[in-house]
Amino acid sequence: MNISGQDFIYGCSAIGAGLALIAGIGPGVGQGIAAGQGAAAVGRNPGAKSDITSTMLLGQAVAETTGLYGLVVAIILMFVKPFG
Amino acid sequence: MGMMKIPMIAHEPDFMIHGVLKYHAFGQELWISDTTVGAWIITAVLLLFGFIVSRKLKHVSESDTPGLLQSGLEIAMEALENMTAGILGANNRRFMNYIGTIFLFILLCNLSGLVGLRAPTADFGVTFLLGLFTFFIVNYQGLKNRGVRHFTSLFEPIPVLFPINVIGEFANPISISLRLFANLLSGVIIIGLWYGMMPWFMKIVLPAALHVYCDLFSGAIQTYVFCMLTMVYINDKME
Repeated sequence: MNISGQDFIYGCSAIGAGLALIAGIGPGVGQGIAAGQGAAAVGRNPGAKSDITSTMLLGQAVAETTGLYGLVVAIILMFVKPFG
Repeated sequence: MGMMKIPMIAHEPDFMIHGVLKYHAFGQELWISDTTVGAWIITAVLLLFGFIVSRKLKHVSESDTPGLLQSGLEIAMEALENMTAGILGANNRRFMNYIGTIFLFILLCNLSGLVGLRAPTADFGVTFLLGLFTFFIVNYQGLKNRGVRHFTSLFEPIPVLFPINVIGEFANPISISLRLFANLLSGVIIIGLWYGMMPWFMKIVLPAALHVYCDLFSGAIQTYVFCMLTMVYINDKME
């Protein structure tokens, strides 16, 4: 089987795209911590539930960013093919 | 050569931006794409809404009982006022117009996936432009309110941090635009994969759950986050 240089680059790009999505671990942990702390806060002070929920969602949406950077890198590697 | 076709998949999953019309300008080959058309439709809807509502509410007198439209708009305005006052404090009046406008535009863009358009915010060109608006407004406010200190504050707390502060300033528009873009793009990709790869009986009711999460929930949250962060950046430069 003959693998040309181009095919090798595409294969490596696909592997790189998969590796880029390891970035998903961080936001997962971060959002989980935020949600857990949010649940604890609601348990302590059920009256402030709406405030806590909106603050938690805002923080989670910002924490998600690093994972989305990984996604963007993966998509660029797969579809824009900068090295091919 | 591209990837090999896999025969199990009936249709190729499709989530790319498509060109509608090609034209030449400034020596470049340019396209009117899905994004442009979607943004035009949304702008037209917003303009039409504003035109009709302003026509209807022009002749309302104070003695009238407010109708459903007027009450709804007043509630929305109050929500906008509370949202801006929560971060900008007493300065909120000056930025309410801009924040309200981009809020409505981004919200309608994010929700346009529900009516079958490709969300215009799932195109980096659109979100980067919105990020640039934020960047210019923030820096204009910084120059206006702080004068020379807008530049000298880059050397705080110690001068060695100057390059990092500059990078931090230029990273703001990129980070908020990439956040909005990547969220919407991930929704478009997931929904596109589902419609492209599932057999027909999976396409009937089940995608509704995906639309609720990716378009409604994620879209609304990201709209809120974009406006919030814009206001936070502006507020940093206020004094």
